Amino acid sequence: MRRISDWGNFPVIEADVSGFESTEQLRKKLEIPGEVIAYGNGRSYGDSSLQERILLTRRFNKFLSFDDKTGELCCQAGVLLAEILAVFVPRGWFLPVTPGTKFVTIGGAIAADVHGKNHHVDGSFGQHILSMDVMRNDGTVVTCSPTENADFFNITVGGMGLSGIILNATFKLKPIETAYIRKETVRTNNLNEIMDCFEASDNWTYSMAWIDCLTKGDAMGRSIMMRGEHASTDDLLNQAHKETPLKAKKGIALGVPFNFPNFVLNPLSMKAFNFAYYNKCPAGIHQAIVDYNSFFYPLDAISDWNRIYGKRGFTQYQFVIPKEAGREGMNKILKKITDSGLGSFLAVLKKFGKQQGFISFPMAGYTLALDFPITLKAMELFKELDAMVADYGGRLYLAKDSRMNAEMFGRTYPNADEFRQAIAMLNEGETKFASLQSRRIGITA
Amino acid sequence: MKNVLILGATSDMAQAIGRKYATAGYSLTLAARNAEMLEAVAGDLAVRSGADIQSVPFDALDFSGHQNFYDTLENKPDIVMACFGYMGDQDEARVSLDEVRKTIDINFTGMVSILNIAAADFEQQGEGSIVAISSVAGDRGRQSNYIYGSAKAGLTAYLSGLRNRLAKKGVHVMTVKPGFARTKMTENLDLPGVLTASPEQIADAIYKGLEKKRNTVYVLWMWRCIMLIIRHIPEFIYKKMSL
Repeated sequence: MRRISDWGNFPVIEADVSGFESTEQLRKKLEIPGEVIAYGNGRSYGDSSLQERILLTRRFNKFLSFDDKTGELCCQAGVLLAEILAVFVPRGWFLPVTPGTKFVTIGGAIAADVHGKNHHVDGSFGQHILSMDVMRNDGTVVTCSPTENADFFNITVGGMGLSGIILNATFKLKPIETAYIRKETVRTNNLNEIMDCFEASDNWTYSMAWIDCLTKGDAMGRSIMMRGEHASTDDLLNQAHKETPLKAKKGIALGVPFNFPNFVLNPLSMKAFNFAYYNKCPAGIHQAIVDYNSFFYPLDAISDWNRIYGKRGFTQYQFVIPKEAGREGMNKILKKITDSGLGSFLAVLKKFGKQQGFISFPMAGYTLALDFPITLKAMELFKELDAMVADYGGRLYLAKDSRMNAEMFGRTYPNADEFRQAIAMLNEGETKFASLQSRRIGITA
Repeated sequence: MKNVLILGATSDMAQAIGRKYATAGYSLTLAARNAEMLEAVAGDLAVRSGADIQSVPFDALDFSGHQNFYDTLENKPDIVMACFGYMGDQDEARVSLDEVRKTIDINFTGMVSILNIAAADFEQQGEGSIVAISSVAGDRGRQSNYIYGSAKAGLTAYLSGLRNRLAKKGVHVMTVKPGFARTKMTENLDLPGVLTASPEQIADAIYKGLEKKRNTVYVLWMWRCIMLIIRHIPEFIYKKMSL
């Protein structure tokens, strides 16, 4: 037994933890009756991969095949996106979709149906899976795709590991000329301006904004938009880069070796950070060529940055509200957040495009993701935000959630009932897939 | 192009070492007991690196087969990495001699058997490197794992003597002590995050250490200090501690 948690260090639980390296080993483990859940790299924020019995997938991490003409890669589900980038960026290939950290497994990326800065153009990760193998609770392996065992495929994509354990997946990488991104930053003065900016950025492949969630009044929602395209060799300015365009520089690696004391992150220090971060960015529009790590994964450069929040841990509240909710919806919700003074300095705003998917999170509209240190007051605020998000027809992201209740889930995910029934059917037998989250939001008993 | 022979190539550390050296341009010979696992590891390395990867069966406990194993290697190694080990069950080892024998035979006798052979070959060539994974557990016996610890202590002393003998012959011997490592051996144990190395960190430390021809590599660096302190705690205090 050992203590284990996901990225928010809340909750931390005692669990029986073991891994597997072959399908045979996994099958043997599933012969033990009871509930179990797969755990990839533990980068979901709450309790999506936690429960009393945990199966680690990181050692099930072999690359199986790669076609260098089509970019089609087949690998086991324990492979990290970071490993794929390390191997294939130098060969001129990039991920079709990537979330804000590269330290998630392929299995996790599919189970959470992750999205990235290019959602408005390329959709979510699950939409790029050509085929995958999943082991069910009875040890049988199901090969599924959008056209084969499609129902099973559709509840596995975004299904948070509740339909089975993803073994391997096949998907296409996208060809790139260089390891660099042609980036443009735009500083905006308030929420309306940043939303205008998103509307004007639809033809950029990648776009997202850092948004200030602490400032009130006229400057509420002041933001810095970051949009970009993969740089061609012509775009590169630096002669050294032109010579080895696919070699990304190794950034300075910082680490947070221990939990900061809880008082380090407080409303004053966070306001100070926001002030500095916003004002250090020059006003107007500015271009730069940056390596892909700086553009896609700025936080990954600081290993264990979650320790900045201290032992109390933190949670992330990420919601989406549909286009129909309009600016009014986001305005009201942001006002509630800024009035509370509870948020943190890391907040992201993104415009989503259309989304298909049975149980996936994104929908055409706007998503806001905001970290909160765990406090009672924050929990109270979340209840109020839940009501507002639900009223506007939005929902929360399961991969970030650590406290949503069953009523909120049922109200905001139109396929919640069907999903619950499908999982119940698949879980018939001695062994069942369930997590602390699935119990809490009423998917499993 | 230099060749690395990895003994016990399917362990977590060995896989990370394989990935490090394959992507650094070495050809590899992977040796392990489990043929299926070995094939998966070799296939994985081939996709990741495009390097020349050979797989050969190897059993640490098959002492009489070691000479033939080494002689029939297609690619003669420039570096031998001995990565196999067995932590064992301390409670069982206290009562079962079979468990004790297994712990000693894998961690010590098997190592000595194969490394004697590699050493003789390298001595004749006048060049080569031998790397073996020992453990901080061998630095001083402690109540929670002294059967494993004593086997590793034997290994550390053997490597030290081997290093002494081969230093004059142009052959380098490096001892690796990983400290707490997050591998399948320790999956279900509580380990302090700050002091626990990942297989990738271990592989990096080995790669850098070998480039600099270090004698003993502690992963992570603070373990050198920790073990220095632990080794010097007076026995009348140490014997009362609960390490």
